[in-house]
Amino acid sequence: MNEVTMSGSPVETAGARVMTRGSVLVTIRRNVGWGVSALALCSTLAILLAIFWFVLSRGLPALKPTLFTTVTSGIAGGLENAILGTLMLVTFAVVIVSIIGFGTGIWLSSYASPKPRELVRLLTDVLAGVPSVVVGYFGYILLVKMAGWQFSLAGGAIALTIIMLPYVVRGTDLALESVPRELKEGGFALGATYTTVLMTVSWPYALPSVFTMLLLATGIALGETAPLIYTAGWSNYLPTAHLTHSPVPYLTYVIWTFISQPFAESHALAYAAAALLMLMIVVTNVFARSWLESLARKQRGERA
Amino acid sequence: MATVALSGAEKRRSRDAVLDIGLRYGTTAMALVTATIVFLIATFLIVYSWPAIAFNGFGILTHLEWNLGNQYGTGVEHRGGFTGSPGASFGAVVFIAGTIISSAFAMAIATPLAILVAIAMHYQVPRRLKTPVNTLVELMAGVPSVVYGLWGIGVLVPWISSSVGPFLAAHISWLSIIGSGSASGNGLLATSFILSVMVFPIMAATMRDVLSTFPKIVFEGAIGLGATPWQAVTTMVLPAIRTQMFAAAMLALGRAIGETMAVLMVCGSALNQLPQNVFAPINTIAAVIVSQLDSALTDPTGMAERSLSELALILFAITLSVNLIARVIMRGGDRVKRTA
Repeated sequence: MNEVTMSGSPVETAGARVMTRGSVLVTIRRNVGWGVSALALCSTLAILLAIFWFVLSRGLPALKPTLFTTVTSGIAGGLENAILGTLMLVTFAVVIVSIIGFGTGIWLSSYASPKPRELVRLLTDVLAGVPSVVVGYFGYILLVKMAGWQFSLAGGAIALTIIMLPYVVRGTDLALESVPRELKEGGFALGATYTTVLMTVSWPYALPSVFTMLLLATGIALGETAPLIYTAGWSNYLPTAHLTHSPVPYLTYVIWTFISQPFAESHALAYAAAALLMLMIVVTNVFARSWLESLARKQRGERA
Repeated sequence: MATVALSGAEKRRSRDAVLDIGLRYGTTAMALVTATIVFLIATFLIVYSWPAIAFNGFGILTHLEWNLGNQYGTGVEHRGGFTGSPGASFGAVVFIAGTIISSAFAMAIATPLAILVAIAMHYQVPRRLKTPVNTLVELMAGVPSVVYGLWGIGVLVPWISSSVGPFLAAHISWLSIIGSGSASGNGLLATSFILSVMVFPIMAATMRDVLSTFPKIVFEGAIGLGATPWQAVTTMVLPAIRTQMFAAAMLALGRAIGETMAVLMVCGSALNQLPQNVFAPINTIAAVIVSQLDSALTDPTGMAERSLSELALILFAITLSVNLIARVIMRGGDRVKRTA
């Protein structure tokens, strides 16, 4: 396939040996589409690298050790509070989303009857399409105002949970669906109950892809801003252990507010926060994908 | 000995039964939580926006002006059974128009590019490079909105202001949508461009997945009949999968419409005026919900905050319909494939 398409078909290359002026033009015309698409791909990767270069070249020099030990103060200072806040919010959200997301995914693939399953899958897809700012406003109405939690760790974490939930549900569902039937039937043949097979055969088999999806969702949660503005608030102090009534600082807030300040120190802080965030997200993504790849290879090997 | 072994097996069996019931009901409860979230979002947005819906009436869809009203005078204004500050006007036309125009521009740039890149990713990238290239494109989809915004402020906006704007104004100023160039660089062009960069990777990745579902043997059959690979792709593969490709574009459109932070950072935050050219500042529904929060909280009647909630409700309704249409189209495509 690749050999066929890299430079025209074999038929064409055979014909090209007896080349005339006309056939050169024909060859060009036939391959100009491939040239354009290759150019599009290259410029895409170039834009991606340009964005990385932009963030890292400005952010890494600004990443001083003191950033990790001082809190923000007005327009300058460090990032200690924001880093801690982001980690607390995301950790809390990962815990909640694991319970709800794994549960829903297991139910979808193992216990649900067809009609409700279709409905819950549809609702999960719908939830994935809800803009994050709408999730934020929902959290603001329900948690900040009606429940009276004010800007808080619990409010921000629940908003992030809603953002992550569709990915985790879908990942768990798909992973359990793709467990080979023979493996499960082997369990049943040994007299195991449905739930025993689920817990001792299917779940361990599905775990790598489930965790990959959880990691990818974590990467998304790390970079979210809009759902937190309305639920977590912001504070210049270290986040407290209180679940409610205490605003939480986070990295993405630093990026979007400090870049619009007219001071070099605040810009440096914004770029440092962005570089840190990008590093966290790249590590999460690359780790998730390569880990999944190697585990999947191992599983294929074991089955062969 | 025998009785001990039996009781052990029995214990295990009863433990299994408890585990079975526990998991069954536990996971059902979790699925109920997931299923209710969408309904909760819709319900709470409607309930909370209700005073604004009554107060604004259809005005929110027809008025240009977003004005909290006179907050320092005495008295309040009654409309639709609810009270707002005197002279308050909550019109969303500027934001709705900004959302539609910027998303349309972004899709016009991103869709053809995404199709080309999907073709390149599927047919041209050598097997050994497939995984790194796919990872890079997916990583691009994972870059946070706010980082794209930062890049917009740091690179894109200055570039539009210093190069693109003057260049276009100097050469094709007869085109009325160019206007007289751009002073700040923030505005419709920057927003559309950044939106297209943001939605494009996810669209390319989805389209690549769609392309990979096309049976290889049919493609090879076309080559066997004398088509060049490019002819096979453009005249056979793309028409055959056009519904799914369209659905992929619709899903990306849903994202563009709901995109917040990057847009907020480069759109110029227009209020009370529609864009006259591609460099004019605009505003989108998502961006205004964030940028107007602080001033809305100063409205003593609370009507501004309720109106922002109504904007969130409108945004929810728009993205919901776009996503459902995409889903219906995707389903329709599946059905065609199954019967074919």
